Amino acid sequence: MAEQIFFFIFAVLAVGSAIAVVSFKNPVYSVLSLMVCFLQMAALFVMLRSPFLAVVQVFVYVGAVLVLFLFVIMMLDIRKARMDQFITGGNFWAIGLLGILIIEMILIISKSRLTSITVSSELRLDGGVREIGEALFTKYILPFEIVSFILLVALMGAIVLGRKELR
Amino acid sequence: MVPLSWYIILSSILFIIGAAGVLLRRNILVVLMSIELILNSVNINLVAFSYFHQDLKGQIFSIFVITIAAAEVAVALGILIALVRNKSAINVDEIQTMKG
Repeated sequence: MAEQIFFFIFAVLAVGSAIAVVSFKNPVYSVLSLMVCFLQMAALFVMLRSPFLAVVQVFVYVGAVLVLFLFVIMMLDIRKARMDQFITGGNFWAIGLLGILIIEMILIISKSRLTSITVSSELRLDGGVREIGEALFTKYILPFEIVSFILLVALMGAIVLGRKELR
Repeated sequence: MVPLSWYIILSSILFIIGAAGVLLRRNILVVLMSIELILNSVNINLVAFSYFHQDLKGQIFSIFVITIAAAEVAVALGILIALVRNKSAINVDEIQTMKG
């Protein structure tokens, strides 16, 4: 019961801050409410018994990605970055697509048999560093190496794109 | 005990909010943040299924999703800075060089 109450608190905060991300005019406020949203998601990961993933979420997203966003907003001229809100006209197609998406989600969730899935009796996983490390370095070693290569390429790409002289 | 359907409903609500941000906002920074929101809602899905099936694959997959999202943000913000320096365009519909 207490778990459901906590889930409710985290979910309401996450949805509220997500709406704030989309609807704030100032990008700085958007970044800060995105930070709130990501912290709620980390709390949900803890509730799902995956503490390592929660820590990674806080480190990578709140610590790296959002700080990067803040630095870029500071580097750009904020007066030049005009803070317009929603498009006033001509977004008929976007709203239509969103309506189709919402109807589709409602249909899929209501027709599915999700309520029959419960946690199997014995809890085999604890989501700790040891389990995830063993899995990453034995069974999933090839995707791990590919991801490290992708990170290297992204690093080089960011450096090349951020240089002063491209010619 | 929180049922699985609650997590799925929460992640689909967050996905819809992120999609609304991508489709309706014009500021590139907010569009990028909405993409991050979408990726995170998918992560909630993966971790919830990983817990309810007691299978580590979901957590491993979401670690990879987080890593790729970090790489994507680095490259996207690099492109954004180059774009602002060269064209001083911050809105999505001002960038029409490729007639997209």
